[in-house]
Amino acid sequence: MSQSLYAMAKHAALENSMAESTDVYLLGWLFGGITEHQSVFSSLQQKYPDRVWNPPSSELGMAGVAVGAALQGLRPVFDVITASFSFQAFAQIVNEAANVRYMSAGRSSAPVTFHMLGGIRAAGGAQHSQRLESMFWNTPGLEVLLPGTPQDVYELARYALLESEDPTVFIDHPLLLGTWGEFDPHREPLQIGKARVLREGGDATVVATSIMVLRTLEAAERLAQKGIEITVIDPRSVVPFDLDTIVESLGRTGRLVVADETNMSCGVAGEIIARVVTEHMHLMKAPPVRVTTPDVPVPYSPALEAALTPSATEVQQAVETALRE
Amino acid sequence: MNGICLSDNVYRMLLIRRFEEELIRLHEAGEFPGHYHVYIGQEATGVGIVSQLRDDDVIFTTHRNHGHLLARGSDPTALLTEILGRAGGVSNGRSGTLHLSDPDRGVPVTSAMVGGSLPLATGSAFGLSRKERSGDGRAVVVCSFGDGVFEEGAIYEALNIASLWDLPIVYVCENNSVPPSEWTQGEYPSSSFSGGSFVDVVRAFGIEGSRCDGRRLDVVERVFAGVLGQVRVDGRPRFLEVRTERWPGSRPMFPTLAPWGVFEVDEVFSEDPQTEGDHGWKLRSDPLALTMIEATRTGSLSRSELKRLDEDAKEAVKTASVAARSAPMPDVNTLFEHIRA
Repeated sequence: MSQSLYAMAKHAALENSMAESTDVYLLGWLFGGITEHQSVFSSLQQKYPDRVWNPPSSELGMAGVAVGAALQGLRPVFDVITASFSFQAFAQIVNEAANVRYMSAGRSSAPVTFHMLGGIRAAGGAQHSQRLESMFWNTPGLEVLLPGTPQDVYELARYALLESEDPTVFIDHPLLLGTWGEFDPHREPLQIGKARVLREGGDATVVATSIMVLRTLEAAERLAQKGIEITVIDPRSVVPFDLDTIVESLGRTGRLVVADETNMSCGVAGEIIARVVTEHMHLMKAPPVRVTTPDVPVPYSPALEAALTPSATEVQQAVETALRE
Repeated sequence: MNGICLSDNVYRMLLIRRFEEELIRLHEAGEFPGHYHVYIGQEATGVGIVSQLRDDDVIFTTHRNHGHLLARGSDPTALLTEILGRAGGVSNGRSGTLHLSDPDRGVPVTSAMVGGSLPLATGSAFGLSRKERSGDGRAVVVCSFGDGVFEEGAIYEALNIASLWDLPIVYVCENNSVPPSEWTQGEYPSSSFSGGSFVDVVRAFGIEGSRCDGRRLDVVERVFAGVLGQVRVDGRPRFLEVRTERWPGSRPMFPTLAPWGVFEVDEVFSEDPQTEGDHGWKLRSDPLALTMIEATRTGSLSRSELKRLDEDAKEAVKTASVAARSAPMPDVNTLFEHIRA
């Protein structure tokens, strides 16, 4: 299979989604954020000038506008840009969009996508670096997609734009845009709600999301040189969430590490671990280990930022901890 | 317009009044928990506006939604069943009064957050304007909300977007907070809004606005017809502030009947009406009274026709009440329907 730049795969998904459905609207189009990869996406506005709009700087208003447009049959993508800006839009995402289907007992639906780039990105500082998947996972009524590879950003973006009938929070990561990975647009897409197993190994099961996928694969290589083989599972989404694939792997390894960049408390790693131990404790040979960002606002200084960013080294150390009797 | 005549509209106003009176009785009898809001005193606004809308127009309302839904033609039984939290109502017990909606009648979702509907309605106007439309004038969105919305930020973002993007929406502010004695040109008494006249605030966004008296059906109809016609032609947003006076049973969240009980058609035409104290509201500001007086003055409806319409409304509400109260609670096994785990 050939390799692709992540940003190119993402662009391909947006482009062919817009070609396949005239209901897809892009309200905002900074899918490459403030990185050099943003230029990849500029053709979208040129090619579809009537369906790519530049919103004013109004996250609350525009998030609601996107929901309202979806209520009338459009399939809009609202570009929140930086995940942290979701806080400005929070009421419309978690209290309006998330409640549409349930409050109307299924008579209304809002197939809107909220796109955002979130995570520690080098010099983002305290207000531009948050990951929000646990906050959105804690809100019933939202789908939460977490691409980590070119293949999955392609498949998940197309799912959000063309298939999902519910509000979908699409949390990308700015540091993924320039990465490379296998990509085949003609490959049969993995069903939504299925995790992707990226590597097989019998010593430990490592669940990793978003940017932690690559860091975990790097850790896997280093561990392999020491004779330790890990299974790497990328859930791809927390709503819907595939626990079965993780449990099946734990049946062989009995050791779990979860790596996710949300802050530790009430984070994604904690929830995944809770689901495993409450129902599958008998599979565990050792306590699970989580690799997360600590509960600290992200500082500006590169030295401090690097110190709190969960790294490949930390994943490696977590696996070694999980392997102790 | 769409063939709805005066007697239909007066019937709808009476239906709303009798429905809300019954609701107050039901709440006092413990038939449903929680707080709620009634549309008593605002019937001319809801009916005057909603009766002029087409089937493909869309309405956003608020926690004070019963009037808009009944004006739109929602089934009183389905609404009351939902308000009581029983099975078989419009949302099978999921929305209750606060989020009553009727998607098949162009009321897709109802937010109870003050200001929450403004971006949603604005977005629906965007959605309508992008879809193919037939040649007989564009579909529009009516976003109805209360005066408190001007204290929330969402409206300013919505107005800006609607004006920038030329969206076919009428923002209707139903201002029930200012007594008529203070309805002077340009003055705006409000202890929690420093922005002055709402029309002036909205005008700053390049959106034309007007203000009208909401106490008489024919006034609301005439003013709104003009606004609606403009939006159908040019697809630009408009604003309308409609003023009514709060009725004496109004309380924050837990209304009661007025001191005199329920509305009586005969009192409207009494030779010697009570007007002191709270009773003054009846002939000063009750939309039912003022609309009926105008209807008989112009010879459009007779007193006996009005009484017949009232009997029909009472009958419809009675039927709805019996049916709603005998409906079962929703099956708890339906708890996880309409949500992805």
